[in-house]
Amino acid sequence: MNILVCVKRVPAPGSKINVTSDGMAVDAAHLGFTTSPHEECALEEAVQITERDGGQVTVLTLGPVEAEEQLRYAASVGAHKIILVPTDGSAWDPQRTASALTEAIQTAEEANNQPFELILFGNESADSGGFQVGVRVAHKLGRPIVNAIKGIDPSDCAVTARREIDAGFEVYNVPTPAVLGVKEGINLPRYPTMKGRLASKKAELTNAEITAKAGGQTLVRLHRPAEQASNTEILGTDESAAVAIVDILEEIGVC
Amino acid sequence: MSLLVVLDHDRGTWSEANDEAMTAAHTLAADMGVQIDVALVGDGALDLSGQARAAGAAVVHVANHPMLTDFGPEAVGETIVQLIGAASPDAVMAVGTSRGNEILAQIAARMDLPFVANCMSVTPGDGAWSITRIQWGGSLLEDTTLVTDGPKLLTYGHHAVLAEAAPAPGAGIVEEFTPDLDGSLARTIVVDRDVQQAGVTLSTASVVVSGGRGVGSAEGFEQLEELADLLGGRVGCSRAVTNLGWRNHTDQVGQTGTRIAPEIYIATGISGAIQHWVGAMASKRILAINIDAEANMVVKADYAVIADLHKVVPAITAEIKRRKGL
Ligand SMILES: Cc1cc2nc3c(=O)[nH]c(=O)nc-3n(C[C@H](O)[C@H](O)[C@H](O)COP(=O)(O)OP(=O)(O)OC[C@H]3O[C@@H](n4cnc5c(N)ncnc54)[C@H](O)[C@@H]3O)c2cc1C
Repeated sequence: MNILVCVKRVPAPGSKINVTSDGMAVDAAHLGFTTSPHEECALEEAVQITERDGGQVTVLTLGPVEAEEQLRYAASVGAHKIILVPTDGSAWDPQRTASALTEAIQTAEEANNQPFELILFGNESADSGGFQVGVRVAHKLGRPIVNAIKGIDPSDCAVTARREIDAGFEVYNVPTPAVLGVKEGINLPRYPTMKGRLASKKAELTNAEITAKAGGQTLVRLHRPAEQASNTEILGTDESAAVAIVDILEEIGVC
Repeated sequence: MSLLVVLDHDRGTWSEANDEAMTAAHTLAADMGVQIDVALVGDGALDLSGQARAAGAAVVHVANHPMLTDFGPEAVGETIVQLIGAASPDAVMAVGTSRGNEILAQIAARMDLPFVANCMSVTPGDGAWSITRIQWGGSLLEDTTLVTDGPKLLTYGHHAVLAEAAPAPGAGIVEEFTPDLDGSLARTIVVDRDVQQAGVTLSTASVVVSGGRGVGSAEGFEQLEELADLLGGRVGCSRAVTNLGWRNHTDQVGQTGTRIAPEIYIATGISGAIQHWVGAMASKRILAINIDAEANMVVKADYAVIADLHKVVPAITAEIKRRKGL
């Protein structure tokens, strides 16, 4: 099965998120970057499927040229081909992102002379969280899509997909070529091996320059939500604090 | 002139998110100067028209079609698109649950219109609408403008609005609607359901005892299990723990895990990274047990013990047993 995974490069903040002085981006001066978690799992799923059933995994990202780092990482954990749609580094709105990704996918499929049987997106990106790019791309390609997927089982001409709901799972049987929005928890992503790291350096990077026009949603400013003031009461510095803790548990009626 | 609210239900059982949707809708419709209409799709929808009326709906659109018996994002999205064509609402909204966001994304894709997900506040205007929405699962907010010739499409963040009773019931005029659905849309309709675990879940537990990297091993969680059992609660964990393979992802609290809201959250050996915090911040009280007095979890908690969790957790268990005579 030939699978395409669309991933996003996002900053990895720690105890708080700082914003640049113009309010247009997360201040990443002292931060590392990572692949948005749902997509990391989507990639792992794709690699596991091709290891089992054969085929190739292509990873596509739209982002700044530095997003090559996430593509190389993807190659180090099993992706065969990597494609970058470079931006100027500014945040693209969901409509614009979806148009550009669709064009990049169509170009790649023409070069392959066949459609990707499965395209995986993260359910939502970790940073902007627009909950729509995968759905827009699937619609432009005329393919089915279901979101919130935590289980994928490919068969001939279809994939069985499990969606998490409050009380368990919904099961879908989607004909291929199909698109799925994947959630973290579907698997445990592997870490790169030394061999994988070496191979990733050699992976050929395709650059797909694409222009797409802006959509109707425009970022004005990012800001942090008001913080709840907290006055931490220190109950102790050793296990004797257990008495005070159980007093509290009794007081609030859970013990 | 109307605001169309897409309501959710499970075969005729009203979803709790609908109360949030209608609360948000009352404010938005008043600001827009329009009436609230609602859309209910699928089997059992008609039974909910009374509730929709009580919640303030002027018109209750009930869509029926054999392909709408079970949920299918494409079939439901296409149904609402046809309803928009017939009723011409000025805006369409839902609550940003998994389904809510997916249905609005389907509508947006089909109509090629912008869609703003997980709004906190919305200020309609003649041209651009000014919106504040959630990024990073709630750790960051985005002010954004929405400009479109078509209906404005948006969801409100789940739990971003506190549900309130409707100021007054609406006229509740029921209008049944049968969409024209292409058979091919059956490709994304639920074929089976696998209903699991009744009882206390992480998201509904009144006590959550959570462990992070500081727990040190999968076995280290046995102490937390014992305490959680005694309190009728559930064990949670951080993403570091999930990634280490110590616990299943179903136990993960946070942005990409479960959002919890217990009476008390006992967070042990967890540093309190922002992505963990957004999943835990709805807890009524937080007790942090950490060796680091500067850890974000400690700084933000209501109570803290600055000590080794491996000593404190068994001591709590022992104290409870002693008091209960166990
Ligand atoms: C996009 C994105 C999404 C994410 N989503 C989530 C999410 O949903 N949930 C989540 O949890 N994380 C999430 N993370 C990861 C998050 O950033 C942190 O890496 C993670 O929460 C850290 O886990 P931790 O607190 O267990 O580990 P650490 O940060 O390593 O903290 C361990 C803590 O244990 C304390 N400790 C050590 N030994 C002891 C002891 N013996 N007794 C008491 N205390 C001790 C230390 O002082 C420290 O505070 C996400 C990250 C990204 C980039």
